[in-house]
Amino acid sequence: MTAIAMNSIKFMLGWSMPFLKFFKGDIPKINLKPLLISMGVPIVGILTFLMFWSALAPKVETSLGAIPGPLQVWEKFGTLVDEHQAEREKERAFHERQEIRNEKKLAKNPDAEVKTRPYTGKPTFFDQIWTSLYTVLTGFVLASLIAIPVGIISGLNKTIYAGINPIIQIFKPVSPLAWLPIVTMVVSAMYVSDDPMFDKSFINSMITVMLCCLWPTLINTAVGVASISQDLKNVSKVLRLNFFTHVFKIVVPSSIPMMFTGLRLSLGIAWMVLIAAEMLAQNPGLGKFVWDEFQNGSSNSLGRIMVAVIVIGLIGFMLDRMMLSLQKWVSWDKNADIR
Amino acid sequence: MTQEYLELTQVSMEFPTPTGPFKALDKVNLKIKEGEFVSLIGHSGCGKSTVLNIVAGLYEATEGGIILKGREVNEPGPERAVVFQNHSLLPWLTAYQNVELAVKQVFGGKKSKQEMKQWIEHNLQLVHMSHAMHKRPDELSGGMKQRVGIARALAMEPEVLLMDEPFGALDALTRAHLQDSLMEIQNDLNNTVIMITHDVDEAVLLSDRIVMMTNGPAATIGEILDVTLARPRKRLELADDPQYNHYRAEVLKFLYERQRKPEEKAA
Repeated sequence: MTAIAMNSIKFMLGWSMPFLKFFKGDIPKINLKPLLISMGVPIVGILTFLMFWSALAPKVETSLGAIPGPLQVWEKFGTLVDEHQAEREKERAFHERQEIRNEKKLAKNPDAEVKTRPYTGKPTFFDQIWTSLYTVLTGFVLASLIAIPVGIISGLNKTIYAGINPIIQIFKPVSPLAWLPIVTMVVSAMYVSDDPMFDKSFINSMITVMLCCLWPTLINTAVGVASISQDLKNVSKVLRLNFFTHVFKIVVPSSIPMMFTGLRLSLGIAWMVLIAAEMLAQNPGLGKFVWDEFQNGSSNSLGRIMVAVIVIGLIGFMLDRMMLSLQKWVSWDKNADIR
Repeated sequence: MTQEYLELTQVSMEFPTPTGPFKALDKVNLKIKEGEFVSLIGHSGCGKSTVLNIVAGLYEATEGGIILKGREVNEPGPERAVVFQNHSLLPWLTAYQNVELAVKQVFGGKKSKQEMKQWIEHNLQLVHMSHAMHKRPDELSGGMKQRVGIARALAMEPEVLLMDEPFGALDALTRAHLQDSLMEIQNDLNNTVIMITHDVDEAVLLSDRIVMMTNGPAATIGEILDVTLARPRKRLELADDPQYNHYRAEVLKFLYERQRKPEEKAA
């Protein structure tokens, strides 16, 4: 009975066992070290950073007041959550009113035309996050759909690579801000429709993201494909594999690690570029949120921008972890040390 | 006129280098009968692998050519299956899938799915790999990987089986095991085989003929030794066999007296 109880406690508190053992005094020193490194050191790092932040921030006076410290930023985060909930409540109330009004109308005259209007309240911080994620992922997926096949083909063929390489090298370092005006002009000229499926501002920032995050995937895929071992190429030749079998059975599996290195770099760039593009293109999203707060210039603005900065960082981190899990999932070598 | 099964005529090979062409092979002539097991032996760098790669179609001879069953060889193909020195299995496929890739390529449309499955399993069984056929190469030992490599080549039912130092990377005991397996398989299938080796015992034990190559550059065939030991051959019995030891001595004499490596001569 006690054994079962002990086991269930062990199970529930598995993660804290090293601590418990330590306090019981029966811990060998060897077990403590990895724990310290894996958990303790990062915590110390974060705490040190927070300490410096709260100590130094009040010393920087701006026209909008002192730079907020960690506590004020946390409070601002709370305000943003409250605002979001208030806005949702408003939206619910709006739809409720509309429904009641329509029902009344129908009760009076069953043939009456009822209109259902969408809610037009201003997007909250959390709505902006979703918009940004949606935009970045669309741009990134489109870029990957172009970059991976082109990368494979230019990796397979030295002549094509030699032809494409200068173009890559020239366009790779171009800042998104330089692309944006051109993209905007082209989109407003080409994308003309009475009932547009997407907002122009969305298309603008999406295409800018795409143009900037093509390159790392393309280059890394090409390098990965070009460095397939000669032995495997010989196997393919002896078997007389056709082009598609060769690509899918030999080229893609062996270049997956490099391809994913490229994809992760691309997604990182995409996320950075998106924020800048949103600021300029006035596409709804986190970038616009930051820009609007900056233009707003209230005493709250700096704190709210800082919340956005931290959220942007956390989402970027999360996106990278997502790609990492995807890589682990598709990679044939489950024991490989992927970081 | 009876046509030879496989014929190498005046095969020469030059590789372009920054300092001008390097002549690796000079006028190699060799005729191989169907079902014959031929070893190529020589010091490293003498162009053994070049000969094999030309027969495989992976290299194109600068002069001369190769005729297999009346057709000229000018590209790689599964009728000249290769067992590579370092197994060259696709690491993301299991042993079964590796063989399957070859079988599908050769017999796709000719055999039913069920027949292909049986054929794959049959070939893995020939090399004693049935127990581990669903393991990936990284879960297999070096010897087992090479067994799968042999199964893959055999499964293509090649007209000529080309083996490029197939056991070179293995330890002595594993190598002996694989040699025994290969002799056993060869007893049943009677394939035409060209094997590259630098192991004198291996050459004498397995071959019908041993082709000894001179040192490069411009290497060519030095001598050819017919090995007429009765089959099946038993490793232990042969160890004391005077005939076997005579063959061994012949090859050793060629390698260490007549074709001593140039740097050793200088010393």
